[in-house]
Amino acid sequence: MASKKLGKQTVKFDHPPVIIGTAATVGPKEGQGPLSSYFDTVLSDDLYGENSWELAESKMLRETVKLAVQKSDKNITDMEYMLSGDLLNQLMSATFAARDLGIPFFGLYGACSTMTESLSLGSMLIDGGYAKHLVAVTSSHFSAAERQFRFPLELGNQRPLTAQWTVTGSGAAILASYGQGPRITHVTTGKVIDLGIKDANNMGAAMAPAAADTIATHFEDTGFAPESYDLIVTGDLGAIGKEITQEMVYDRGYNIAKVYNDCGLMIFDNKAQDTHAGGSGCGCSASVFCGYIYQQLQKNKLNRVLLISTGALLSTTSAQQGQSIPGIAHAVTITNNVKG
Amino acid sequence: MENKKLQSINKQQEYNEYVQQKIPKPTYFKNCIWAFIVGGLICVFGQFLANIFKGMGLNKEDVASAVPMTLVFLGAFFTGLGVYDQLGKRAGAGSIVPITGFANSIVSPAMEFKREGYVFGVAAKMFVLAGPVLVYGYGSSIIVGLLYYFLGR
Amino acid sequence: MDYVRAFIVGGAICVIGQLLMDGTKLTPAHVLVLFVTSGVVLTALGIYEPIVDFGGAGATVPLPGFGYALAKGAIKATKANGILGAFTGGVTATAGGVAAAIFFGYLMSVLFTPKSKK
Repeated sequence: MASKKLGKQTVKFDHPPVIIGTAATVGPKEGQGPLSSYFDTVLSDDLYGENSWELAESKMLRETVKLAVQKSDKNITDMEYMLSGDLLNQLMSATFAARDLGIPFFGLYGACSTMTESLSLGSMLIDGGYAKHLVAVTSSHFSAAERQFRFPLELGNQRPLTAQWTVTGSGAAILASYGQGPRITHVTTGKVIDLGIKDANNMGAAMAPAAADTIATHFEDTGFAPESYDLIVTGDLGAIGKEITQEMVYDRGYNIAKVYNDCGLMIFDNKAQDTHAGGSGCGCSASVFCGYIYQQLQKNKLNRVLLISTGALLSTTSAQQGQSIPGIAHAVTITNNVKG
Repeated sequence: MENKKLQSINKQQEYNEYVQQKIPKPTYFKNCIWAFIVGGLICVFGQFLANIFKGMGLNKEDVASAVPMTLVFLGAFFTGLGVYDQLGKRAGAGSIVPITGFANSIVSPAMEFKREGYVFGVAAKMFVLAGPVLVYGYGSSIIVGLLYYFLGR
Repeated sequence: MDYVRAFIVGGAICVIGQLLMDGTKLTPAHVLVLFVTSGVVLTALGIYEPIVDFGGAGATVPLPGFGYALAKGAIKATKANGILGAFTGGVTATAGGVAAAIFFGYLMSVLFTPKSKK
């Protein structure tokens, strides 16, 4: 076995990379949610002065990177890699932002799991000695996603109760090989798991088996227990997916109920904001992690967090051809104290 | 191998049943009341228009054209104003099933894809939802006509 | 009195649509297609005409009424012009509504831009 591997799917870093800074940008609706005060920028208009929502999303991603770099006291030119992806066809937001930023670029598609996918790969690059600084970033935009995956905005249809609300938001994290800040110590890479859910309005249920498998495998590989963490947080499972994940992890012998939450449930007040089952999208776990969770880590209110961004790997083509929805989830351990 | 495949299908079925229990049931009663009232009111308005056109001296067939044309205009206009989707969120089928909903299904994608241009955007996307309605509507009416021709006389 | 009948018949047709959308996985587009086609079939079978006589606009304004106009036009034109009428009848009878939908649809899309949902 490779020397840095633990068990089948987990990596333990010899030199845990430091998250030296983050930035989070969200849209107007997210800015009215319970976490509003933790975001760096709240847009007043989700077109962000651009001509289309896709360009607005790209600008949001680009500006979030700039802000994160600035908050980390670095320059854009210090960034050796940009690991990024989004939900739009052929990663329009990420590639267009990378074109403007001029940072060497790896485009990632992990649907809404992109935040932990980019953190995982970024950590490996840094621990492997291939870079000193890099940026991991992702974004999503309600209106752009809605029109690519669902229906036109002005269509008078009803959203089912299981449906989730794509977060308009972006989160960027700067990883470095040295410096002050919480560190990434372990990474558990998930498998694509599909238990046959076909309803694109119930993505939480489609992704939950992948999330549960990654969480349980993480405990098996590392020997950690749910008590090792102050917070175990999934990306965008929503109300239904969260409940299922908790029960499935319990079936594998771990009770995470006490420390478990979901970014999709944290970012909106589902009742008041009419978001049904909760938030979703790459920007959901990205903005909640880079905004709220990172600040809690800095203030030592949280000391050890397991972040599991979850992705539903469907496309408009696969959905129209009646295929079920494969799920993916990657877990990342972020801690203030490496020895512990 | 065969056995393993069977197992995974069973597992999928089991999971689907398990998920079904978790899904909140739609509020059937409330949704139906909304659909009934809004749908009914749109039809009452249609009847009102029909009576007016009749009063203006239009014959039966002209009334049958003028009423849908007026309603289509209103459906398109309120979609443009951004009001129709707000109504649809509550009324559901009450605002989808009347002909105003047909207009909504034409205008909403056309507006949405304006940024992709006036040919491949607006004009092409106009019929993504309404096209199937015309294909099946016209198609079945032609079949009815043909059946009538060969069997009916 | 015709208003009350239009309200009840129109409302009832919409409730059927609502039950189809809530109870099955049918999308609004599927419901619209289903309703137009059933309007055509029910008219051909002679079932929809009495509903229209009773409900007036309550039966003609919902999408099955579009199917009713199509089928009625096709049958009438077939009677008059034979096989050609089978093809032209439905389109002729509904030409006004469809042309208005295309024209106003285009006009509104040019005039307005979609708003983000709050």
